[in-house]
Amino acid sequence: MRAGWIALGMVFAGTVHAQAPWSPADLDTIASMRLSQVPAAPADASNRHERDPRAIALGKELFFDERFSKPGNVSCATCHQPAFQFQDGKPRGRAIGETPRRTQPLAHVAHNAWFFWDGRKDSLWAQALAPLEDAREHGGTRALYAHLVAEHYRAEYEAVFGPLPDLSNVPRDAGPKGTTAERVAWRALDKTVQLAVSRVFANLGKAIAAYERTLVHTPSRFDRYAEALVRGKPRLDESERLTREEETGLALFIGRGRCNTCHTGPLMTDHYFHSTRVPPREPGRPDLGRYLGADEALADEFNCLGAFSDAQPAQCRELRFIVHGDPLLKRAFKTPGLRGVATRAPYMHAGQLASLARVIAHYAEAPESLPAERRIVQGHVMGSELLPLKLSDKEAAALVAFLATLDSTTIERATAVAKPE
Amino acid sequence: MWRKYVLFPVVGLLAACASAPTALDLSLDKLTKEGKFRVALVAPVPEPAVHQIHDWSIRLMTPDGTPIAKGLVYLNGGMPGHGHGLPTRPITVGETAPGLYRVEGMKFNMPGHWELIVAIQANGTEDFAYFNWMVALPKAR
Repeated sequence: MRAGWIALGMVFAGTVHAQAPWSPADLDTIASMRLSQVPAAPADASNRHERDPRAIALGKELFFDERFSKPGNVSCATCHQPAFQFQDGKPRGRAIGETPRRTQPLAHVAHNAWFFWDGRKDSLWAQALAPLEDAREHGGTRALYAHLVAEHYRAEYEAVFGPLPDLSNVPRDAGPKGTTAERVAWRALDKTVQLAVSRVFANLGKAIAAYERTLVHTPSRFDRYAEALVRGKPRLDESERLTREEETGLALFIGRGRCNTCHTGPLMTDHYFHSTRVPPREPGRPDLGRYLGADEALADEFNCLGAFSDAQPAQCRELRFIVHGDPLLKRAFKTPGLRGVATRAPYMHAGQLASLARVIAHYAEAPESLPAERRIVQGHVMGSELLPLKLSDKEAAALVAFLATLDSTTIERATAVAKPE
Repeated sequence: MWRKYVLFPVVGLLAACASAPTALDLSLDKLTKEGKFRVALVAPVPEPAVHQIHDWSIRLMTPDGTPIAKGLVYLNGGMPGHGHGLPTRPITVGETAPGLYRVEGMKFNMPGHWELIVAIQANGTEDFAYFNWMVALPKAR
């Protein structure tokens, strides 16, 4: 008899969450959020090596090689840790010193048009170069990295990029962004030597980007639920169910909460920049975000139009049509994707908010923008894009519960698509 | 006066509404706000997908339909329900036929209701036209 009740209970449990009252429009939205709907990453015309398996292999070696730093103990993986979605769980990235911004995860990173929180780089390879020369991160110079490639990866490098230049007269520590002595040593080099060293440096970025391009999310509980819904399964298996609270959170996410206006599509980001009036890390010292980042991207020697790009100028469309100089970009930061978000505290561009509950409270409160960050158009004040939202404690908790269903680990795509032998 | 509207992404009707109006005028051929011109937007085919840069054309005419060459025509837009503009700054690159102006660099970063604004200066005067455009969810793969 008891076994009979247990069996009945299992049948009940199997149906209880399968009939959420989703409208056809809701179902379309949920369907659009599935991981299976992620399109192929757009090709980066500025990096013609990004699909070369030899570049990917070299990039992976470089990504984890701590010798590629001034102290010899910092690699990309120091902050982009594979076990933690290629981020570090710290408010701000920390290597030699502390950076001003939160380390971002890397799964599906190649889907971005702009890189870093402020989009100051227009390609993944250009992004990969910046920490190498940042005194707070790897702290080295491009001359150092060229020497290290020659010493440790000559064959692998030359197989992809051709012969390394003669470095016999290039000092080990010389670069345009180093210490005073390193900058003096750099300026003493002939322009053609500078160009040759910078080209090796750029190629390191292209190899690292080729590797980073392979990093993807694994499917989440939400994806299993959504796939079952889309297939119209009348009864969801245990692994395909969301709890009522999680379903409530999903309904808020795509409905009244309006979260998916910016956190849209299968990666739950629009890949663009928005001001949501997150408090600055240091009160009174606001980080201007995209407002400065757009100008930096235009001036970057490693951008799509630069000497080290493989693209034709006509292919550099994002750069050509960039929005810059607009006060609405002040304190605007890139919308982060939300896959794996529940295990990526703290939040926001400088780790200002310790928990998802705090994040949701911020969005519900919707602080006003500062006068200098506004623009009046047609008599309407534009500034922070948030609208106040009334959420009960239960609803806020439901949103947090839904976000936890976007659980994800990050793997290399080759592993994900490996054919069975 | 009109220049300030085209220097930055423009959102015309910024009512703080949470959702798109239910009955949108989706006409792409209409008279400008003060009736000085007739403007027809020519969308790319197939319809532009989210996250992709695409090019449009604008047909500029007198109210009775005569093409107007050598005018100044700008296209911009935004999402009235969200309070943000386009993620790009489109550029009018020139006329491909008398009165037919090619605009490059349009991009939508979200599905939903976008408002497109055409600013015109021609025949010694200026005017605006607003258009509604719906960006659909990507088709299931």
